[in-house]
Amino acid sequence: MSYLNKLMDGHDGGLKHEGMTPMQKIAMRFVVIGLLYYGLAALEGMIMRAYEITPLPFIDETHFFSIMTVHPMVGIFGSSYMIVFGAFLFLTPFLMEKPIYSLKMANGSWMFIGGGVLIMWLAGFLFSYAPLYTLYWPLPADTEQFTAIGGIVYIVGVVGIMIGTFLYTYNVFKTIVYTPKGWEKQPSGALLRSALGLTAIANFFRKKETKHLVPLPIAAIARGTIDVGLNAIVISTAGVLILIYLVGNGLFSMDLQDTWVDALLYKNIFWWGLDLVADGLVLVFVAGTWYLLAMMISGKDLYMQNVARAALFVEMVVSWTVWSHHLMSDQGQSNALKVLSGEVVTAFELVTQGIAVFIVLTTLYKAKPIKMTNELKFLLGGILGFMLAVPAGIIQADLGMNRILHNTQWIIGNHVHVAILVGLTMTLYSAIYVLFPILTNGVKLYSQKLASAHFWLHLVGGIGMGAFMGMAGIDGMLRRTIYYNGEYNTYMILAGICGAMMMLAFILFLYNIIMSIGLKGLLGIYQPSKIDTHDCLVQEKDK
Amino acid sequence: MADSLDVLSTLKLVYTIYAIVAISLIAWYAYSITQKGGEIKTASKGIFWSYVAVLIVMGTGLHFLTFNLVPWVPMDLDRANIKAEKTFKITYKDHVITLDENPMRVPCNKYVIFDADSEDLTYGFGIFRQNHTLVTQMQVVPNNGNDLMWKFGKNGTYYIRSTEYSGPKGAHMIIEDAVIVSGCSEDDIHSIK
Repeated sequence: MSYLNKLMDGHDGGLKHEGMTPMQKIAMRFVVIGLLYYGLAALEGMIMRAYEITPLPFIDETHFFSIMTVHPMVGIFGSSYMIVFGAFLFLTPFLMEKPIYSLKMANGSWMFIGGGVLIMWLAGFLFSYAPLYTLYWPLPADTEQFTAIGGIVYIVGVVGIMIGTFLYTYNVFKTIVYTPKGWEKQPSGALLRSALGLTAIANFFRKKETKHLVPLPIAAIARGTIDVGLNAIVISTAGVLILIYLVGNGLFSMDLQDTWVDALLYKNIFWWGLDLVADGLVLVFVAGTWYLLAMMISGKDLYMQNVARAALFVEMVVSWTVWSHHLMSDQGQSNALKVLSGEVVTAFELVTQGIAVFIVLTTLYKAKPIKMTNELKFLLGGILGFMLAVPAGIIQADLGMNRILHNTQWIIGNHVHVAILVGLTMTLYSAIYVLFPILTNGVKLYSQKLASAHFWLHLVGGIGMGAFMGMAGIDGMLRRTIYYNGEYNTYMILAGICGAMMMLAFILFLYNIIMSIGLKGLLGIYQPSKIDTHDCLVQEKDK
Repeated sequence: MADSLDVLSTLKLVYTIYAIVAISLIAWYAYSITQKGGEIKTASKGIFWSYVAVLIVMGTGLHFLTFNLVPWVPMDLDRANIKAEKTFKITYKDHVITLDENPMRVPCNKYVIFDADSEDLTYGFGIFRQNHTLVTQMQVVPNNGNDLMWKFGKNGTYYIRSTEYSGPKGAHMIIEDAVIVSGCSEDDIHSIK
């Protein structure tokens, strides 16, 4: 078979998209777009890495910061949200053994989120809108530094993302509790209590434990999805506020005063919402995904399952009360909030994540000897990522340390990038390797050598980049700024090399996947499925 | 008295050791679960809950440790009740930092307050050594109180810069030699010009 034929048709026959169910196709649509946005975020990251070594002549300061503005949005919403939502919209009906509530909503989710991210990205690319993702008031409404139209396009993109997010949230919960047509009535209330973790909490106080109605991964999906929904409400509200000022002052020359909105109160509310992503759904979803992967890889029941369920509930509550660790250098913030929310509650993230690590490692250990498959090595990489990033976060959420670490490269390197690129992304890669044969009806991987190269380049590159950024941060290098005199060039060159390793890892991974499924199969994912989900379920029952 | 350089150096050492231990632990675990042999025993409930207790102690213990060892923590929490020797007024507007007193001359080992006001955007106030390491910082939020109490224990000349993003122009908000500390018996070797 010629190279060109293999590229078109895939390895060993490639993906036969005609045999895919609607949910397989929808999940793959999410994942493919998520991976493309990951590539875009990685490219943006490399541009910024290069710029931090020496300012690039073809990018001015304003455009540099517009890249910095869209980079996390593309990475989080365009990539992580898409891959996670695709996987969970597939797994929720799969694990609940019933059809998804709405295929149309599921398709709407990827279209709105994918389209919204593109529109938001264009606001940066075309109009250099650059208030960063933090949107500290009144910067996003500052029409002296940015054009009103740039801001409006950005907010329109964010609205698209939030609509897709709301559709996902509604669809997941409806799928858990609804009764499909012609089925026996499902106990909606009990299902919801089990999904939210209330049953697990109550079991601690009962002599006889109540049976859980939903599998553990569904419990994690449900609890993380609560945070997804709450976060969408906060971001949407901030978006409406910014839009009012941009349209009023920018387009209609009104005189809406910045001071009508208290900057510190706004910052509190905004970080409360943003932390539902950073400290909520990421940790909850990751723990849930670890549990599912550990059970699938080991073939064993989860160790301390009721504790795991309860810990997921605690993590959700913790995520609602930790936002103040972002305001420890804000002198107007009360000391009580800084100590209780910022320090004490945040410390419990070490506990809940530590519990997840222990449970997963013990569950896997029960099945030894296990073959070191791609999914297992990426899972262990993901666990290592959080073992490094969570303590780094606890350290910076301390009144003494925050005074000298806030807004430095330590935060964004050792904590954020190690958590996202090593912890979260390697967990997602593990899930992709597990789900790949399920979603593609058994397509074989083109090259194991490429998969191994992907693993090592990503792991070493991710940890290395975070470490060198972190060391620069300890030596005083700020995030969100430009250094013109090469003050931190040694660290930045080393971080750049590590970033390039991750970029190469992604290219190898993408090439491996394309060669496995073939371009025809890839494009076929976006054609309508010829299979009716209900027919599949009837066939399953008949077996 | 510990200064930020002491704390940051300790952090670099401790975290590097921790990272090496964590990486080694996972590498050892990854190797061992692929190996045959030995009776497989899972951790008892006692071990599990002891581990949870250790996590709680480590997570919260850090804050007790820094409260007792890092001098600016109790000072910051109690700054409303501490009388400052001197207060320096600083104003932020249109990406320009204006100092009422330039340079700000700080007496050694005396409490001083940096009192910053922003008339438009959210900025940051950071004091840096000549080798660019951070001495201290705070956020400067418009229409809110932004007061940072500090005590310097070494002679030196420091520059200030905005530590919060306020748009592309913010990267240039630097005032060289803005803080001069004198009267101490010891020099800050990274801040002597």
